[in-house]
Amino acid sequence: MFTEIIKGLGTTIKHMFEEPITIQYPEERKPVAKRFKGRHELKRYDNGLEKCIGCALCAAACPADAIFVQASENTDEQRFSPGERHASVYEINMLRCIFCGYCEDACPTQAIVLEHDYELAFFDRQSAIYTKKELLVPVPDGGKPTPQQVAPGSFNWSIPPMQDAE
Amino acid sequence: MANEITIKIDGNAVTVPAGTIVVDAAKRIGNDVPVFCYHPKMEPVGMCRVCLVEMGMPRVDRETRQPVLKADGTPEIDWMPKLVTGCTERVRPGMEIRTNSEKVKTARQEILEFLLTSHPLDCPICDKGGECPLQNLTIQHGPGNSRFLVNEKFHLDKHVPLGDLIYLDRERCIQCARCIRFQEDLADDPVLGFDERGRATQIVTFSEPGFDSYFSGNTTDICPVGALTTADFRFGARAWEMQNSASICNACPVGCNTHLNTRRDGLSGNFAIKRVMPRQNEQVNELWICDKGRFGHHFATSPDRLSVPQIRKKGQLVQATWDEALSLIAEKMQAAGSSIAGIAGERLANEDLFTFRKLIEGQGGKIAAFPGEMAGGDWVQQVGIAAGSNLSELGGDSVIVVVANDLEESAPIWWMRVHQAVEKKGATLDKSKASLIVLNARPTKAEGSANYAIHYAYGEETATVQALLRAAQGNSVENETLTAAGKAIANAKNLVVFLGNEGLDYADSAALAQACANLLIETGHVGKPNNGLIAVWNKGNTQGAWDMGLRPLAGTTANFVGKSKFIWTAAADPIGDKQTLPEDTFLVVSELFETATSRRADVVLPVQSFAEREGTYTSGERRVQRFYPAVPARGESRPDWLIFSHVQVRVGQIDKAPVSTSVVFSQMSKEISLYNGLNYRALAQTQEQFPQIMGEDKYYGGTAFENSAGLGVQVRTSADLGQKPASRSVSSRSAIDGLTAVLTQKLYDRGTLLMRSYLLHPRLALPVAHLHAETAAMLGVADGEDVQVQVAGQKGKYTVCVSEDTPQNVVLLPNSVGALNFVGAQPAEVVKIAETVGA
Repeated sequence: MFTEIIKGLGTTIKHMFEEPITIQYPEERKPVAKRFKGRHELKRYDNGLEKCIGCALCAAACPADAIFVQASENTDEQRFSPGERHASVYEINMLRCIFCGYCEDACPTQAIVLEHDYELAFFDRQSAIYTKKELLVPVPDGGKPTPQQVAPGSFNWSIPPMQDAE
Repeated sequence: MANEITIKIDGNAVTVPAGTIVVDAAKRIGNDVPVFCYHPKMEPVGMCRVCLVEMGMPRVDRETRQPVLKADGTPEIDWMPKLVTGCTERVRPGMEIRTNSEKVKTARQEILEFLLTSHPLDCPICDKGGECPLQNLTIQHGPGNSRFLVNEKFHLDKHVPLGDLIYLDRERCIQCARCIRFQEDLADDPVLGFDERGRATQIVTFSEPGFDSYFSGNTTDICPVGALTTADFRFGARAWEMQNSASICNACPVGCNTHLNTRRDGLSGNFAIKRVMPRQNEQVNELWICDKGRFGHHFATSPDRLSVPQIRKKGQLVQATWDEALSLIAEKMQAAGSSIAGIAGERLANEDLFTFRKLIEGQGGKIAAFPGEMAGGDWVQQVGIAAGSNLSELGGDSVIVVVANDLEESAPIWWMRVHQAVEKKGATLDKSKASLIVLNARPTKAEGSANYAIHYAYGEETATVQALLRAAQGNSVENETLTAAGKAIANAKNLVVFLGNEGLDYADSAALAQACANLLIETGHVGKPNNGLIAVWNKGNTQGAWDMGLRPLAGTTANFVGKSKFIWTAAADPIGDKQTLPEDTFLVVSELFETATSRRADVVLPVQSFAEREGTYTSGERRVQRFYPAVPARGESRPDWLIFSHVQVRVGQIDKAPVSTSVVFSQMSKEISLYNGLNYRALAQTQEQFPQIMGEDKYYGGTAFENSAGLGVQVRTSADLGQKPASRSVSSRSAIDGLTAVLTQKLYDRGTLLMRSYLLHPRLALPVAHLHAETAAMLGVADGEDVQVQVAGQKGKYTVCVSEDTPQNVVLLPNSVGALNFVGAQPAEVVKIAETVGA
């Protein structure tokens, strides 16, 4: 009988000297996997223009009907994205989202990306609706905020041929 | 039938009338041959070549001239070595077609691959994406990949305004010419064309202002790619995101069937009408609507709408509850006794008009339809166009008379259908042309297609129609054209008369209606389909007002209301229309917007627009049609009929307000003998229509909606029911001496509702006074000068436009442009406004 007790305590004592798995969240955080699907971000090109062209294919692909997109036309005085069209309203209801990533797959310009933020907690339902303001990433260094004023005729393609520098 | 032909398509026999196109024949047995340039309403051209099929004819023995039979007794078929276009090939006896062979499939793939070489493939941002024939057919029949390099695509302008309303994307255009042919053949506004050649071919407009047509929006529907988009809907929403509600356009008496596409607006949070689309009704609007119906809907969702009841307290209109407002109305109504007057706008729905009449007449008051300036509704009830008529059936044995109106400005779709009957430029098997007689004091667009155009002097309308009747009876009249026109009527099987009221006051209008009724009765053109009278009303539901038992105001509102202590105006703005109302009365206004009348009112009630509620309208052809709610009600607004019913309860006429419009309608159909037997279910019935525009394919009829919400019911006239209407003698009067002012109807007027569609502002009618050169010289005014026109004590500022089309001694003024408002032909004074002296 004693041998069993000693064997059991041995296991306990062994674990006492092991590296603990528990981390002190929120002071400490574990890195997530590279392809983790967290909160969405709307990306920008290096020059600051938004990648999103407001095509609403993400909304069409969304199995939870969490996305609402309303599009408007770009002009050279008020340019948000390189093509003809941009999203003037972009909303994701995080309470509905199931983080499946279909929106990412549907996006023709790779504008929407599920990034690594998983801390989504709300005090009311209204604040669970993320708008363009929250979703859009900050303007990269060297870029200009949108809307931009551009030289007439500089963006006359419907789908932007723009590529970021690799 | 003798002229039916049986052909075999992929081994299946189909029997169709001679002259049918192979594509249509295939469609009848559910075989969708792909098309881009072919449209079932237009003559084929064979431009896109995607409808290529294999065609074979029976082999004929050269000696015996008999078909060569195979061993099993079936005819030997000789297949053509090359493919033929199914849209240009008409059926022939013994013909066999293969639509699914490898040869055909390869050809389709190659055509699609070829069409896509210059197409930008910007489907994600294209408004047509999701309902695009090119997209659908590429997925169905396309090759899947291309041998052409995407980076070598031709890039063309993407944002070419063809006018204020329509944008062209040159890259997307596949040069099918549907838009060009629609404008030339169907709309009779040939303002589009091809420019350049080869890959540089592009659509251009050569009118000033660009794409100047009342039917321009239809080209965006029939465009098989996203090359033509409307300024209104551009990037508005994706096709699959919107909700559809069936509706009826109430802008004119045609009563076009429409679909309202709605969606939540992300910025305001309200539901918005994103676009208005035609809904197929082959007896009313076919697949078309005019631009007023398409772009003039913005009033319904305008932020300026009234949303709460208001009561006047200490001289100020202040917000109130419905309970307060209705109690006050009931109290004042009871206090007024029978000294009550109701003024009902002619755009109200039938249910509203019926309940309003019940309320006012129940209290012993009087009620009239406003503006009520045109007579003839009683004649339409008796000898109106017979039930079962269809304007597109009018052919060589038919005569159409258009009298005292400009059909294109008053009822564009009627004009389009009349033009179609007269010119037969569209796709119809019956190519015999109807004759058109146009009677007007001035040239109108209809004259361009008229066989007999007769100009009279204002005032001689009735006399002219009487002379036409005498000519039709075989008498000869002074005017040779009239004699010939009369002969045409005498020989015609069908006669349709479009009656207007240009230059007529109520009494003259009644005389003209009588003369037109006489013409129909005396020549025996009543009570049978495709015969009868159509009144071209100036408002959408005037016929409904007549049918609901409301009499037109027929004069000034001041005369009508007299010394009434209580006045209720619904959907009417008499003060804005330069009428007067007595000061010392209790005035209730139920309206959509603040108007000149509502500013004077003691109680203002917000009502719901057609998009927020249910109801029925009666078209000028007496078709009772239902419209359905599409968007949530604005604020606290209520439908008109419910407001009237609530007051009925409060004054003790009824115990309980009806629970829905269908209850009101069923009560109405019991009391109004013309509507006996009608109910909401009957109005919502549909039947199969040809062309079948929906189904598996969306490309055939362009972006159009099949009718699943009801075709409506055409009410029978008393002549249809077997009664013999008698003609009555009518007195006519002679032309007016001196300078005469006449208001002419303009489609884009400056009415309260249309002004909310800002998109149309550049096209709205301007205050322009049209004068003949000699008249202008006599008055000492020149083209472009500002003048003051004085008519019946009113003064208005206009700009002179000298045109040869204006009759002499007449000043033509557009109606409802915020200047003068009067009825009939009135003596006028035109005075040049002295140029301001100064810097």
